[in-house]
This record gives sequence, structure tokens and C-alpha cells, in this order.
Amino acid sequence: MGFENFGTVSFTTEAKAAEFITYLEQGKVMATRCPKCGVSYFPPKADCPSCLSGEVEWFEVKGKGKLATYTIVNYGPSGFENDAPYILALGEFEGGIQIMSRLSKDIAPSDIKAGMSLVVSSLKRPDGRISYEFKKG
Amino acid sequence: MADRKVCILGGGMSKWGVREASIVDMAQEAAKDCFDDVPVLKKEDVDGLLFASSYCGRRSFQVNAAPVIAERIGIKPTSMCTRVDTLCAGGSSGIILATGLIKAGMADIMIVIGGEKLYTPQRWETYYSELASIDHDWDGAQGIGLPPPFFSMTAQEHMKRYGTTKEQLSAVSVKNRRNGLNNPKGHFQKAVSLEEVMASRPIAPPLGLLDCTPVTDGCAAVILTHEDKAKELSDRPLVYVRGTAQVALHSMSMNWPGEDLTDWVHLRTAAKKAYERARVSPDDIDVAQTHDCFTISEIIEMEDLGFCKKGEGGPFVESGKSDFGGKIPVNTDGGLLACGHPFGGTGIRQAREIVYQLQGRAIGQVEGAKIGLTHNLSGLNVEHTILIYGREP
Repeated sequence: MGFENFGTVSFTTEAKAAEFITYLEQGKVMATRCPKCGVSYFPPKADCPSCLSGEVEWFEVKGKGKLATYTIVNYGPSGFENDAPYILALGEFEGGIQIMSRLSKDIAPSDIKAGMSLVVSSLKRPDGRISYEFKKG
Repeated sequence: MADRKVCILGGGMSKWGVREASIVDMAQEAAKDCFDDVPVLKKEDVDGLLFASSYCGRRSFQVNAAPVIAERIGIKPTSMCTRVDTLCAGGSSGIILATGLIKAGMADIMIVIGGEKLYTPQRWETYYSELASIDHDWDGAQGIGLPPPFFSMTAQEHMKRYGTTKEQLSAVSVKNRRNGLNNPKGHFQKAVSLEEVMASRPIAPPLGLLDCTPVTDGCAAVILTHEDKAKELSDRPLVYVRGTAQVALHSMSMNWPGEDLTDWVHLRTAAKKAYERARVSPDDIDVAQTHDCFTISEIIEMEDLGFCKKGEGGPFVESGKSDFGGKIPVNTDGGLLACGHPFGGTGIRQAREIVYQLQGRAIGQVEGAKIGLTHNLSGLNVEHTILIYGREP
């Protein structure tokens, strides 16, 4: 449980990776790694898509990543109207982890460039919902 | 029993655009246009129906739509009557499945219909249920539902890596909208200038309004049968399904493990498989309908389908090599940019255009076309689907 409070608009209330939300509430953005085959996943997977094992380990996505590319969303999907315009970016982190997320509104548009350093952190939205976002690394 | 060779007999479309009609109404219009295109066929002899549509369960509130459509078009299938969903490639998936069933002798004459009612009176619906087409638990929650942001990032990465320009992106829109000018079934019949595309309202820069396919309602239909039956039912040159491929890669959710925005490995794999199965090479293709959902898509498709080298898609389209009279005319009926993109309908619209081209009766005819290709990408670059058609089996 917990997914009902995730993101600007949530689309699921029950998922096996719900521990992600518990960690997010503690300020941690977590991924999963399969100890059997060694593959890491973000978004986290409760069962490994590579070898299908159910024994995955959680680990925190720490350290600095690199902004690969980004885009300005001027027209948000339904439910996101009040968020737009916002910036979506693709960040590359250690261990082959790629994350698609919003750039924090704290980052001035003139400072955004491909290759810039990023960290991913949990986000408590003003409306009480919980998510994650990129901040300057 | 030896495998049978499979032919497409003809095709039809409803009018595409913003329609005050239901999905079933439009499926019926497309089927009628298709039956009219193959006048010797008695529709009662059609023994199978596939209906390609992703959103009919949501935006039309009609699940199990295939039997409803069978009833509406007055056929009683005895081999197969079912719905197919692979979003933007649904129509092509339907044609591949029908080909397999007919080849194996499990069906004899099949109609494949596809399309969507996307434009609803409740405008929010379109921009809400779009989020269902991705890994919505995760990507949807971030607001990456609508496709322009994803393709904007793809375009920017291609520009950075290969020097592709906004002029080159715009050239795709100019060409395809010009090609759609005389296609009465498409959404738009309006030419645009390079300047108009360049200056069009920013949607997700560098993509402007005229870089994007619109929200469109419509259906298309084709009829397939085996070679012997095709000879009985049509005096036109036969058009064979020569080779097909559909390749999915693990790019459904945000981390795209090991994958890359501009290097479409799954498209290259699909192309290699389809060319091998059709026993042709990219140089043999006379005319192609590729998935120009956004202008950048067609540029990368030229590269990864093997029509030009990697990174040279921009200059290729800008210099007219994908236009009439060029190396390979692409999107001769206007493509998604002019015709629109009611997801399940697109692969069938493309097949119809290739059949008309190979039978020498297209509105914008490529002289002497003998081999044609259709291509779809689905979702946020999740899957690539290719069919190759030829005048010879």
C-alpha cells in the first residue's frame, strides 16, 4: 500500500514494490538489485525481470548522476495542468541506473544543460503527495 | 499441407478526422469502403475478423468489440473473431496474425479492421487515458504520459549527436503534408511551408505543433486471403505479404536498461528479420510508409531501416531522397502527420496505400513500384513492427 499517494496523479494502489513508498517517506529513493543475477532496476521490481527470482535486495540510489537530456512540458496530461510547465529529464547514475524524473523548480532554466551533475531526492509536494525529483548535484 | 501464400486483395478507410461517429460506425464505414474495393467478394464468405484497437474499451466503453463489429458489417466469422492491441502497431499486428492464420489453413478470407475514437467530447479524457499506454504506475506519476516530451528528448539527443537541424525536422512535415494534399480520406489536406513548420506553436521544443501527428478518429480495413482464392476474386495484380517482424525491447519503463534514445536497436533488429524473411534488402524497397508520429521519428527510421547511414537521416530527408523522385518515396499518402493516427488504424492505412501503390492505382503513384514496406513504432518506442509486401511471393 502507499502508491495511492505517489506522484502528481497515482494510477495504482497496490503493487508488490510498495516498499519503495515506505522508503520514499523516509527520504530515500531506492532501487532493487537481484543477488542471483546481479541486475539492478529502477523503477524497482519486487521480482527480478531478468531471472524471475523473487529474492531482490533494496539499495539507495546515491551519488551524483549526469543529465543526459531534458524537455519542457508545456501541456501536461489531465491532472498535471497545474504543474505545467515542468521539466522532465533523463539522468544516468552509477551501475547503469537511468531515471526519468522532473527537475526541481529550484534549478534556474538558464543553469540547465546536458551533462550537468544531478542527485535524485524524495519530494513531499505541498498537497501532501509524495514523489522524487532531480536536484543539482 | 504446404504453407499457403497470402495476398492482400484491397483496402478501405472511413473518413479520418474529428468525427461525430462511434468506433463501430467508423469500423462499418471502413469495411464498406473495403468491400467496395473488392467487388467480386461476397462478404458472407469472409470467415475471419480481427479488430485492432487499443482504446475502444476506455474511450468508447466497448470491450469485446470484434463480435459487435461482425454483427454491424453483416458477417458471421467461423474461424476467428477477436480484438488485437499493440497500440500504434495494432493494425500491423492484425495483418501479421491474419497472414499466419491463412498461411496455416486456419482461415481462408479475413478482414482486418482497425481504428480508434480518440477525440471525445470530454477533452480531459484524451489526456488522461493516454497515460495508460505507458508503464503508468511509474512514468505516468511523473507526467510523461503524452508522447511529445519523449520524442522531444529523442530529437534533442539526435541533434546533439549528429548535428540534425530544426530545418531537417520541419522538412519531414512539409513533405508528408504535401503528400496528403490529394488524399481525401486523411485528416488534413493542407500544404505547409518550411517557415510555417519552423514557427509553429511550441509543444515540447524543438517539436512544434506541425511536427506532431494530431488526435484523430477513424478506421481502416483490408482483406487478406490465400493466393488461389485471390486469383478467383480479383483481376488486379496480386500483392503478397512477403516478410514480417515485430520486435519488443525492454523500454517500457523509465530506466530503459541499456538502451538509448536515438539508437533504435529494436528497429534495426526488426528490419534485419523482415528483410531476411522477405528475401530483399533495403535497396529493393520501392516505396515505404513509416511511422512519422513526430518528424524526428521518420528521420531515425530512415537510418535504422537502412535507407541511409546512421546519423544521416536529417540530410537524407532534407535533400528530397525520401520524396517522390528520390531514392525511396516515404509516406506517399501523407503519413501520420497528414492522415492522423487513430492507433489501431494506422498499420492498415499504410497497408492499403502499399497495396494501391503495388497495383499502380495510388493517388500519388510511385511509377513501377514492385516492393513496399510498412513500419510502426508503438508507445514510447517500445516495439517496432515491419511488413514487406511484393508483387511476387
